Amino acid sequence: MINLFKRLRGGIHPPDRKQMSAEHPIRLMPFADRLVLPLSQHIGTPAHTVVKIGEKVLGGQLLAEADGHFSLPVHSPTSGKVIGFEDRRVPHPSNLMAPCIMLEVDGDHRAVEQQGFDDFEQVPKAELLAAIRSCGIAGMGGAGFPTDAKLKPRAGSAIETLIINGMECEPYITADDRLMREHADDVVAGARILAHLLDNPGRCLIAVEDNKPEAIAQLRQAASGSEVEVLELPTKYPSGSEKQLIQLVTGQKLPTGRLPSDIGVMVQNITTTVGVFRAIKHGKPMGARVTTVTGKAIANPGNYKVLMGTPVSHVLKETGYQPELSSRLIMGGPMMGFTITDTEIPIIKTSNCVLAPTQDEFGEVDTPQACIRCGRCAQVCPMQLLPQQLYWYSQSRDQDKLQRYNLFDCIECGSCAYVCTSNIPLVHYYRAAKGDIRNRQQQQQAAAGAKKRHEKRMARMAALKAERDAKRKPRRESASPDAGKTETLES
Amino acid sequence: MSLMNVSSPHLSQPGDAGSMMRLVLFATLPGLLALTYWFGWGSLINVVWAALLAIFFEAVSLVIRGRKITFYLRDYSAVLTGVLLGLALPPLAPWWVTLVGVGFAIVIAKHFFGGLGHNPFNPAMVGYVVLLISFPVEMTSWVAPRDVMAGQQELLGFGTTMTQIFPFFGQPVDGYTMATALDLYKQHPGEIVQQSEQVQLAFGLWGAKGSEWVNLGYLVGGLFLVYRRVFTWHAPAGMLGAIILLSLLCNGLLGMQVAAPPLLHLFSGATMLGAFFIITDPVTSAVSLKGRLLYGLAIGSLVFVIRTWGNYPDAVAFSVLLMNFAVPFLDYYTQPRSFGKAALYAKRDKG
Repeated sequence: MINLFKRLRGGIHPPDRKQMSAEHPIRLMPFADRLVLPLSQHIGTPAHTVVKIGEKVLGGQLLAEADGHFSLPVHSPTSGKVIGFEDRRVPHPSNLMAPCIMLEVDGDHRAVEQQGFDDFEQVPKAELLAAIRSCGIAGMGGAGFPTDAKLKPRAGSAIETLIINGMECEPYITADDRLMREHADDVVAGARILAHLLDNPGRCLIAVEDNKPEAIAQLRQAASGSEVEVLELPTKYPSGSEKQLIQLVTGQKLPTGRLPSDIGVMVQNITTTVGVFRAIKHGKPMGARVTTVTGKAIANPGNYKVLMGTPVSHVLKETGYQPELSSRLIMGGPMMGFTITDTEIPIIKTSNCVLAPTQDEFGEVDTPQACIRCGRCAQVCPMQLLPQQLYWYSQSRDQDKLQRYNLFDCIECGSCAYVCTSNIPLVHYYRAAKGDIRNRQQQQQAAAGAKKRHEKRMARMAALKAERDAKRKPRRESASPDAGKTETLES
Repeated sequence: MSLMNVSSPHLSQPGDAGSMMRLVLFATLPGLLALTYWFGWGSLINVVWAALLAIFFEAVSLVIRGRKITFYLRDYSAVLTGVLLGLALPPLAPWWVTLVGVGFAIVIAKHFFGGLGHNPFNPAMVGYVVLLISFPVEMTSWVAPRDVMAGQQELLGFGTTMTQIFPFFGQPVDGYTMATALDLYKQHPGEIVQQSEQVQLAFGLWGAKGSEWVNLGYLVGGLFLVYRRVFTWHAPAGMLGAIILLSLLCNGLLGMQVAAPPLLHLFSGATMLGAFFIITDPVTSAVSLKGRLLYGLAIGSLVFVIRTWGNYPDAVAFSVLLMNFAVPFLDYYTQPRSFGKAALYAKRDKG
């Protein structure tokens, strides 16, 4: 059932090139010798380690404990030995370094005994949430927000619609597609657990783009007889973006600065949903994830079950990467992914794709020409912004104008740059401008804070001085009859 | 091979500004063919001459500004400016008229303001208006269309036309021009139009003689560009809509004496050239769709008002330049409401 009135405004139809990786079943990637496990695979404070260097660990064993509400624990993906704690490069657009646990894999893949719940409906919700948390489940779509924190009830905002996001609108990526085809039962079961945790919303649906007919068929079969609905939506990029998906499903536009739960909606990723199912049913933490490895520079493209912490270099070696053919490596999809220059970075919870395109797939970066304000960008912007004006003002660094043109509503989907007649890397300018504005705001806050501190200090000093003077005065007066004179001289 | 570090998105649609301009150039062909058929070789020669001049002035400007010539010439924007100005000029405009017009358009209207993408005024129209004000005689001598007096007056041959435009090759001849339908309408409104035989000749089947076919050619080319999504329908629809509405209204209420009927307005002068090739210039028009619609409406209204009550028979160039001034204003008040901004909030935000 497709509601034409809820059509996505804007958006593009890039060549999807999904068939390259979609047709092979998920294969298990041979283990790497060493794993790199960042202590923070998500937003929030890093976890702190509970193992020692040299310690032998089993698969599923806790390596680092969560530190605070937005932090998540880190588990060992397989059995092996902890060989060190180092600052390593982690998957991040800015080549960030972060503390990591280095694990030497022994290859036996022995795991600790794990206990799940057979009938989740009989278990108190707090206990289920605690299980999700202790298994380290995070949103695998993008930001890696801890899932239990997202599921925790917020006062006055009951969830009416739960959407499991199986849109996967980025070209090339098929990890969720394969997961839905091969583990449709797990997806549906995970959706039911999520619905239960949210006090059974009126609608619980799995939204899938219509370019994945097999996944839809499998899901429909798995969901028959349950309250879970499978919704087929037209293929268009970026309809899998949270705000756009909510609009497609409910017709509501999420107001700027609000969370989906404010309008009674929650969106969960497919991999996350499966992760929740496995955490509850088997008590298993996320030891591995399905990652699409694709691009014409990969000899054996497809979807692989990769252990967390596997270095990208190992993934590339195992899939027959031909470095002489490719000039860039991308973590994520071609529209929103970021290039990596260091192949030693690990696969983490949010790594849905490693993309190695050849020259003729993506080609050279075209030299940008002048913006002629043709307006194609504005026609495809799913947020109904005016990208050409944002570009103009980001060049002149007019921060007030940028904010008036709603720069911060930009979701960086890349549709504008995709259609740009003059080949301008528009999103790049927006990212830079956002960074500039955030910097300025931080500086202003810091300056305001410093000013306040200074004023307080001056007031404190004045008060102290007044107090001292008040104490001194009677003493002096009693000491000498002409104290008043001295005081005037002093002051 | 070292790995590139570039910003997303990594995919992009093929094509560049040059391919878009080439498409627009291609779309002028039906109009140019009609011009050549009805008014002789003059327009074709002028268009080629103007395009060559445009490339020359563009190259000189780029050298002076220290830019890479080959890279910037590939955007074809200068050629397009030259061709559009060439199409707008009277078919027998002498070579130096075109030289001055194109030079002004490229050097002053475009490069003085920072080159492609930065010029607030449509360069071709700036060139046209400069010429119209400086050389009114040359600019209003429009050649008589084919078959105007049933065999008495033939179109000039290619050689004669060359001599007419470049008088170095020989002595130009006189007497091949006549007033256009819009001129005549201004001079003999109403009943006279119906009676005078000389006036009758200037009118064709539904618009101005010859000119109606030229306008039809531009209409076809323009619709092709809308279909190819070079621009949206908003600005042309606004301009043509305003002209139709106002001429229907005034023609109906005030009678033939005051205002020409809609068809004459649509299919004479530079109406269609303006609607599909001039006001759709993205650089100098409003940015939002609503803004472009308003921009078109305002230009259409100005064209009608100046044609009907002004001193000039045609008014596209003036109207376009006047509205170029208003573009920042239109942009300011037609910013679309972005996703997730409530109506009230958007209003308050703008204030």
